[in-house]
Amino acid sequence: MAELQLKSVEKTYGNGFKAVHGIDLEVGEGEFMVLVGPSGCAKSTTLRMIAGLETITGGEVRIGDQVVNDLVPGKRGIAMVFQNYALYPHMKVTRNLSFGLRLRREPKDKIARSTAEVSGVLEIEDLLDRLPKQLSGGQAQRVALGRALIKQPEVFLFDEPLSNLDAKLRASMRVRITDLHKRLRDEGRPATVVYVTHDQVEAMTMGDRICVMKDGHIMQVADPVTLYERPANAFVAGFIGMPEMNLVPAVLTRGEEAQITIDAQTITLPGVKARLSEVEGPVTFGVRPQHLEVTRPDAKDALTGTITNLEFMGHEVNLHARVGDANVVCVVPTDKFDTTLGRGDLVGLKPRASHVHLFDTQTGENISLPKSQ
Amino acid sequence: MTAFSDIPQTPSSHDGVPTALQLKLRRRARTSAAIRYTLLIVVGFIMIYPLLWLVGASFKTNQEIFASPWFWPEEPTFQGYVDGWKTSTPYTFATFFINSMQIVIPKVIGTAISCTLVAYGFARFDFPGKKVLFAILIATLLLPDVVTRIPQYLLFRELGWLDTYLPLFAPAWLAGDAFFVFMIIQFLRAIPREMEEAARVDGANTFQTLIYIVVPILTPAIVSVCLFQFMWTMNDFLGPLIYISTVEKYPVSLALKLSIDATEAFNWNSILAMTVLALTPSLVVFFMAQKSFIEGISTGGVKG
Ligand SMILES: Nc1ncnc2c1ncn2[C@@H]1O[C@H](COP(=O)(O)OP(=O)(O)OP(=O)(O)O)[C@@H](O)[C@H]1O
Ligand SMILES: [Mg+2]
Repeated sequence: MAELQLKSVEKTYGNGFKAVHGIDLEVGEGEFMVLVGPSGCAKSTTLRMIAGLETITGGEVRIGDQVVNDLVPGKRGIAMVFQNYALYPHMKVTRNLSFGLRLRREPKDKIARSTAEVSGVLEIEDLLDRLPKQLSGGQAQRVALGRALIKQPEVFLFDEPLSNLDAKLRASMRVRITDLHKRLRDEGRPATVVYVTHDQVEAMTMGDRICVMKDGHIMQVADPVTLYERPANAFVAGFIGMPEMNLVPAVLTRGEEAQITIDAQTITLPGVKARLSEVEGPVTFGVRPQHLEVTRPDAKDALTGTITNLEFMGHEVNLHARVGDANVVCVVPTDKFDTTLGRGDLVGLKPRASHVHLFDTQTGENISLPKSQ
Repeated sequence: MTAFSDIPQTPSSHDGVPTALQLKLRRRARTSAAIRYTLLIVVGFIMIYPLLWLVGASFKTNQEIFASPWFWPEEPTFQGYVDGWKTSTPYTFATFFINSMQIVIPKVIGTAISCTLVAYGFARFDFPGKKVLFAILIATLLLPDVVTRIPQYLLFRELGWLDTYLPLFAPAWLAGDAFFVFMIIQFLRAIPREMEEAARVDGANTFQTLIYIVVPILTPAIVSVCLFQFMWTMNDFLGPLIYISTVEKYPVSLALKLSIDATEAFNWNSILAMTVLALTPSLVVFFMAQKSFIEGISTGGVKG
């Protein structure tokens, strides 16, 4: 097994469109790396360059200690699982699984053994004699997974493998894939994985680390907790988390404590000053809906807003309020929710100061990260 | 039950006795089905009648052929087949069938191989000048055959290929039929590339991908191409007429004409009998390949 390195990798398509702008990424041996980002941010392009299905127009890709830029896909020691399974429609499941091994002219008994082992792990023994069109989506995806697994590749590549499945199946496949990854690690043959998704739940639950991309640039690479608690910039802050983080234009002033002014309302953020870089003036104020406390209007250090909508979600209530020109969302656990509140009422929204973020308005960079980081 | 399965089966009421309304609906459905099928049968019969007449007349005597327009022979006879098979030449029709096969078989095989290769190249690879070459390919599709007849004849004469079968099938080995190339390209365009990419990741090279993945998926299209080529070549009259001058080398299409020329009083029944025989290979091949063929021309891609 091996690690994977991307060094200032670029991709310019034949029509002159530059999809990837020099990205650097290191995926450790046995690490599960998730690439996530909005549609069109070049996740697939990056993955396909690693696979060798797309030429690399700049920089280099290393697998292990080998630069693979000029190697054909079959020689890179990778396996790939595609979004729409891409099973060979004219071959039965057994032959789909063993196609790669047969091309390599492995001995027959070894092929049979590998097929049996893999189909056991993925519970597809009963399907071996079927054609792909006789499989359900979930079964087909397990076969596709088996086709990758059987080759014992150095690096596994996944391109949105679960997005064609329904929500329930997706959840169970998610667990299956992470279990498989752990199992390979325990068996002493750790698998390096690059997993593309646009679903942040998949990203957060599956990834050892997550790489957030936007327009062919990497915005941040970090483990899920760091990504959630210390987003490097406003884009990552807004992309990770449900509902989205509130991002509101504000003016920062620094006296004894840091203070921000939103629409003529000024509140103090105790303890924030210590982690601020030396900036004053207009900033983007960010706070997650979970980190706003509903209080009475005009409470100390709370923003006053008008309720525009209430969404009952079961265990919690999403409260939408208008503060000046901005929409602010606040999540309140149902049992703590004051049921007398209704549309048009005034409420106070008090941010938990330890969890607020301030972003540079121009660059979007987080200027409130603790210095030590 | 009813012979027509598309008549709606109205559910009968709970006690099993149909109500008046149900009876009325059922009667109406049956009447409309009857009209529909009668019409279809009549039109179908009109269209197939010439063929029926051909088969029937081949078993008639020469006098009876012009005596009645009805296709059924009154005194069926095999004389037409016996005479026709012998022909007025020193050769039997077997020779002509073998000759036809000597053209058709290499031509069909060559078409299948070369058109698949060329179409695969155009549909899946980027290479310098691709657009221009593709435009030329399409342009040849629009070129009337007559325009190229004379230059081609001169070319093959220079090569010393006159009175051989080479001018008839050699172009097919070089993907000379732009129409077939175009047909396969269209089919390939509708097939997602992921399967080929998966094969490449599995370690297949370009050629292995073609053989193990693309060709099996393309089978319906390739079968259609072979079928068209088979029928068109079997029926081709002008090509052999231009290039083949020795009677011994005549294919079936020319041989049929021969029997009209050679005899003073036409033996119509033997001509018709040989026409029926000439049709059979195409029909047999068509029915054998029917399933793939219909898939090939109707779906043009993969099911979802
Ligand atoms: N063959 C191509 N030629 C030109 N541009 C392309 C090509 N393929 C992709 N692109 C462009 O490159 C950018 C990145 O595409 P890519 O498919 O990598 O996005 P993605 O992040 O995988 O998006 P999604 O989540 O929708 O799959 C897009 O703007 C796309 O339009
Ligand atoms: Mg994609």
